[in-house]
Amino acid sequence: MSLAFKKETFRDDYTYKNSVEAIKRFPFPFPEDVYMYSVNMEPHNKGPKGAVTEFTFDIDEHYVSECLDKVKTLDLDRGRYAVLPHMMDAQWDFLELTMESMSADYPHLFTLTRDGKNWTWENKPLDLKRSFVFGDTSTLDMEPFEYMSRQVQGDFVLLDQRNDTLYADAGFITSQADWSLNFDVGMAWHEWHGPVPQVTKLGVMDRALKYLMSMQLGSPVRRLNWTMTINPRLDTSPENYPLWGSDRNTVTPENVGDKVHLRVELQTLFRLPRSNGLLFSIRCYLVSMEDLTTFPRWAKRFHRILRDLHSDLAEYKGLVKFREMTVQWLSKFDDGADIGIGTHPE
Amino acid sequence: MSQINIKVAAIEQVTPLIKHFTFVREDGQLFPVFSGGSHVVVSMNINGRIQRNPYSLMGNPEETEAYHISVRRQEKSRGGSLHMHDALKVGDSLQITFPVNLFALEKRAHKHLLIAGGIGITPFMSQVADLERNKANYELHYAYRAPEHGAFSKEIKANIGNKLITYVQSEGGELNLRELLSNQPLGTHVYVCGPGPMVVAMIETARSLGWPENHIHSEQFTAPPTGEAFKVKLSKTQIEITVPPEMSLLEAIEAAGVDAPYLCRGGACGRCELEVVCTDGNLLHHDHYLSDAEKAAGKKIMPCVSRAKCDLLEVVL
Repeated sequence: MSLAFKKETFRDDYTYKNSVEAIKRFPFPFPEDVYMYSVNMEPHNKGPKGAVTEFTFDIDEHYVSECLDKVKTLDLDRGRYAVLPHMMDAQWDFLELTMESMSADYPHLFTLTRDGKNWTWENKPLDLKRSFVFGDTSTLDMEPFEYMSRQVQGDFVLLDQRNDTLYADAGFITSQADWSLNFDVGMAWHEWHGPVPQVTKLGVMDRALKYLMSMQLGSPVRRLNWTMTINPRLDTSPENYPLWGSDRNTVTPENVGDKVHLRVELQTLFRLPRSNGLLFSIRCYLVSMEDLTTFPRWAKRFHRILRDLHSDLAEYKGLVKFREMTVQWLSKFDDGADIGIGTHPE
Repeated sequence: MSQINIKVAAIEQVTPLIKHFTFVREDGQLFPVFSGGSHVVVSMNINGRIQRNPYSLMGNPEETEAYHISVRRQEKSRGGSLHMHDALKVGDSLQITFPVNLFALEKRAHKHLLIAGGIGITPFMSQVADLERNKANYELHYAYRAPEHGAFSKEIKANIGNKLITYVQSEGGELNLRELLSNQPLGTHVYVCGPGPMVVAMIETARSLGWPENHIHSEQFTAPPTGEAFKVKLSKTQIEITVPPEMSLLEAIEAAGVDAPYLCRGGACGRCELEVVCTDGNLLHHDHYLSDAEKAAGKKIMPCVSRAKCDLLEVVL
């Protein structure tokens, strides 16, 4: 990947745009014409060249603008960052994992020099350089989890494993799909998944918990989740609902292609070495209907998904206001042809 | 499961019954950092039969040039410890899993009370390194039969000083669990690793004194017991296997080329749980994972340590 980072915004005038290459590598999440929740986990192995899964953490053309947007959201509301005191080992685990993988995967963008506990980190796209002592927070300007969360696209939750469950005991959350860190911090697995419809009766959450608790060092996993967002806005938090909630009323048959976005989260999970905690990383990808439908296969598939989605899920994902209009708009791309299994574009 | 190829770098006889093994990676890289209390599963080839045993990592988790385990010689066993003691030489190659922690420290504890019996000292050696690094409040109580059996007590004393309290039975030292557990501040977590009776005594004493259940932690790996041979049918793959007397059900499944999940191989973690379709005999549960009610119901089995006394057992795999 070259060093061409876009200058764009995720609020106010919304100048965010995907290049043709970015559309082509969009992590389209629907292999079939119908959608239902499942524990769709797979090993987070290196994917094909150019794919969003090629590296441990994906750095793309939006990197610089997205990091600036994260910091802006955090500056406006410090509550987007929260850490309970027993999570310090997990914080250093996070710093180590992100610095080591980013410098190994993108050596032209990031460098890490280690001399025992004396580390030097250089981030060229954000023009940062810092020497510090690993394990000594006083040698950084801020806690290690905040320091690196500001420099990686996506949201991050650190989970502590105890009492046969997982607790969300730390988070840096600035691009969430309508959930609140302040509300969820310190909660156990079954507490924070309480509101998800249709899953209790499937036993999905019990199985997922058992799976995650036995996750191993060196074997990270991933899954895709999705929702929809009006305008390319990263910060769709409950705290800022007044700033974006009413955007749902601004969708018209004329502006669907431009305003309505498919929002896909690449969620990855890692066992952390010294804390025995887990890192849950949520990376958000946004694509407008206009851009999505440049690939006829995706246009047909997404039309069918949205048309046939269970009403509970449409409600939970907040799609009710603009669903019909979007289905209508997409229907002109769908001739009903069988497009087979698979998420790939043409 | 992901494995790491390792070489035996050193073997040291620490007590008449315990050997300390130092492993380095075959590719010359560093091992991953781990958390105190973790174990690895070592795969060994005993005359063509693959046996996998869990051993606690006892080195400092931050020192990643080498991993360290200690093995106590068990004369009456299926041969894993004898293989490690008698057959393994410096330079030999083996495979281990990545570290797994089923005996983690509770980081929010106000105080950690660590209780070790004999070879049960090993997981505490890595935990003590974590506790020292985090400047936590803790005590390590270590009981053993006679001075020559106190593996590593000198080394630990040198590292942690009077936070180590030893009890040497041959010299009249006696660990009074009731007294120890009665005099702890609120917010203390207790951890025990050692012989079965000691683990049970600690858990029962703590319970009888009203300790909260989630403040009591223990680690106990069971070696798979031998038994009579029986046949097992795997319902999904439609494979039928005979489990010989000296092999565990899990090992027999693996030997037939079927990939089955596992983590601890000692009946502790629950990862290898299989659903029982039917059997014409009785299940012999040896794990610490299933509740008594689940064991009685006979719908689940932990193939790493449990077996059946029957002609045919059918499980979902």
